[in-house]
Amino acid sequence: MAGLSVRRSSPTTRLATGGAVLLALLLSSAAFWASDNGLRLMTDMFLYIALACLWNFLAGYAGLVSVGQQAYVGLGGYGLFALAAKAGVPVLYAVPLLGVAAALLSIPFAKLLFRLRGAYFAIGSWVLAEVLHLAATLVVPLGGGSGMSLPVRAAQALGRTPHDRFVATYLTSLALLLAILAMIFVVLRSRMGLALTAIRDNEGAARSSGVNVDQVKLIIYVAAACGTAMVGALIFLQRLRISPDAGFSVNDWTALVIFMVVIGGIGTFEGPILGTLVYFLLRETLANLGPFYLIILGAVAIAVMLIEPRGIWGFVRSRSSLQLLPLSFFVSKSKN
Amino acid sequence: MPDAPLLRVSALKTYYGDFQALYGVDIAVARGQIVAIIGANGAGKSTLLNAIAGLNAAPPSAITFDGADIGGEAPYSIVRRGLALVPEGRRLFASLTAEENLLIGAHVKRAGAWTLQKIYQIFPALSERRDTPSRSLSGGQQQMVAIGRALMSNPVLLLCDELSLGLAPIVVKEIYAHIRTIAANGVSAVIVEQDIQQALRVADYVYCMIEGRIALEGPAKSLSREAIAAAYFGV
Amino acid sequence: MENLANAIVQGVMVGGLYAMFAVGLALTFGVMRLVNIAHGDLIVLSAYVALITTQTLDLNPLVALIIVIPIMALVGYVLQRGLFNRTMGTDLMPPLLVSFGLSVIIQNGLLFLFSADNKRLQAGAIEVASLRLTDAISIGVLPLLQLTLAILVIMGLQLLLYRTAIGRAFRAVSDDPQIAQLMGLNNRHVFGLAMALSLAIVALAGVLLAIRANFDPATGPTRLIFGFEAVIIGGLTSFWGTLAGGIILGIVQSVASSFDPGWQILAGHIAFLAVLAVRPHGLFGRET
Repeated sequence: MAGLSVRRSSPTTRLATGGAVLLALLLSSAAFWASDNGLRLMTDMFLYIALACLWNFLAGYAGLVSVGQQAYVGLGGYGLFALAAKAGVPVLYAVPLLGVAAALLSIPFAKLLFRLRGAYFAIGSWVLAEVLHLAATLVVPLGGGSGMSLPVRAAQALGRTPHDRFVATYLTSLALLLAILAMIFVVLRSRMGLALTAIRDNEGAARSSGVNVDQVKLIIYVAAACGTAMVGALIFLQRLRISPDAGFSVNDWTALVIFMVVIGGIGTFEGPILGTLVYFLLRETLANLGPFYLIILGAVAIAVMLIEPRGIWGFVRSRSSLQLLPLSFFVSKSKN
Repeated sequence: MPDAPLLRVSALKTYYGDFQALYGVDIAVARGQIVAIIGANGAGKSTLLNAIAGLNAAPPSAITFDGADIGGEAPYSIVRRGLALVPEGRRLFASLTAEENLLIGAHVKRAGAWTLQKIYQIFPALSERRDTPSRSLSGGQQQMVAIGRALMSNPVLLLCDELSLGLAPIVVKEIYAHIRTIAANGVSAVIVEQDIQQALRVADYVYCMIEGRIALEGPAKSLSREAIAAAYFGV
Repeated sequence: MENLANAIVQGVMVGGLYAMFAVGLALTFGVMRLVNIAHGDLIVLSAYVALITTQTLDLNPLVALIIVIPIMALVGYVLQRGLFNRTMGTDLMPPLLVSFGLSVIIQNGLLFLFSADNKRLQAGAIEVASLRLTDAISIGVLPLLQLTLAILVIMGLQLLLYRTAIGRAFRAVSDDPQIAQLMGLNNRHVFGLAMALSLAIVALAGVLLAIRANFDPATGPTRLIFGFEAVIIGGLTSFWGTLAGGIILGIVQSVASSFDPGWQILAGHIAFLAVLAVRPHGLFGRET
């Protein structure tokens, strides 16, 4: 009698995973074949993909819609400048340190914010970011309202020539992105991933099934804070300059990110990556439009939410049951 | 010469997502009649009433009221035609007082004899409690408010879903006495009831439903206990 | 000491405005569980509408309110029926993300139309008119007017909600949207009216604030946050609690500002976080 077997991978996912590994290897070697501008562009892209994936992890999977993640971007950026410029910590060591610091800081923040639900949580997260924003303008040693530049010697610790620095930043960003993607992937495949799906579908039912919803949400929030802060540190390392407005900008670190995730496909693994890639493809065209580009992105995001809330990737998946990554279950008849 | 029925449901099928709840139900209610629909839990009685009131989807011609096709029409438009529902479990507006619940029933502003005074005449207990928050009322009082709220829209046809739910027998008797008074005032009624005895006592015509279908129908007086039991339990 | 007393008095006055922002938020949340992230940007939009009205018709902004308030009410109704009604449902993300997108669109649209320059509404002599209370404390006529209006608005709202048919309709739809339809209520229309009312109130407050303080396309989120903080500090249980929340926020900001202007907004945020930490359902709210 034929039985059923349940597998986590299929020929397509194996192919896609292999392709992803090859791509990662190719990208790692970019120092040998990419121009400086190319390296900078790809670094930018990796960091935005990381931000998008982390926001999606928080909102699309754990249901915590935050419009205040810029708090951690700014925290990471300012933390890097403080550590590198004031404490002399080598920049690349500072990054993981900041991740840990942000994770620890995010715990009391979460305890406060979790007292708010739904949209009130979102606004509360924004208030928190504004608190840090305003605090940054008041801290004179870090440049106050006008901000500060990264001291030359701190930048030179990365590499003597600009090209070396671009390569160092590029490789660190790629490594960080891969680490973040791996973390998200591992969590989604684990029991916590199941818990997340349950929470997303019906929080009340998940609770009564024994899922410790509050703990899961806290872990995800802390992980997102940690990742976002490290990304923030690298963003401003690349820019060599930080100011309160830039570090805690809602438009750059939240609005854009949210639009990219929504258009790409919220609540899927591939969606944020796809959305960010689409944005970068259009960025040259969009940049010429001034304030219009945000209006257009905003309008597209609204249209997506109203017409096809699952975004581009969600739409593709529903039409073709295409699964690139081994994240779901395949049931087939096993041969006996 | 028989009048066209006030309400006619023809071959009604309804679904909750993929789940089919009604498999082609036919009922007719004549003017001045009290029709009872009985059946076990899950038979589809509430689904039927909700479809008539517009809370569930239905094809336009599946439900005719006073000569017009109303299937699938919005609830707020159906109540304007003179069809009012007393929902299962009362469903009073929790933050409104008893009187405010009654007043909102009149929002639809249909002309007719039912006023606040008349409701208090029929339900004197409510008159003393008019300013009580509705969630502080007893079950029986809440049921009276729910019925009164529906009456305030001056309906031609009253749909009552499980009036006896959660009420003591003596209260149930009192409620149904009021139903008879209301019917005598010119309101036709469809009563969904789990209490078979009560249903048979008050109704002119009875339908028995099981698993989304009509299993038995007939004038209340002429249906035998055995026939009802068989239809009710599906033996 | 007198400085402090003066600061408190000023804080009470501006608190009335914050309370009106808050009441607008609380109204739409109460009736349809909608928190409009673009709320603050709509407040700023009212100021710009007033700006155009006063410039083209050569009117005092206080007089222009007669035109601005109905315009914003209409905007609210159309916005609700055209956009937000499509997002209503049990999922909290669509209304949140759609209103966030709207916020970004309004900000950038205003930026495109009016540039990032600071603007202010000129109300003429009334801006400097004042009443002397004591030798050290005088109350501006305009701030007093703002507080009085805030109190009147809240009294009016209470009357509307508890003594009128439309108020009953709001409360019924809030309690049970499904059964409300059985009463002949068209939820889509009722939601539209609630949003219209909310925007009418914030248009009033937005114009009054624009007379006191500068505005530019980016000041929306701050207005939203003030309203939100007033709601959390005061609690959601009653509009009078919200008024108290607004006044407390106003006082905290004003007192902090008298020590150091750079601390004004930050002090408000900290007060909000403190209330959130210690009494999450608000100082005057009941635990639900």
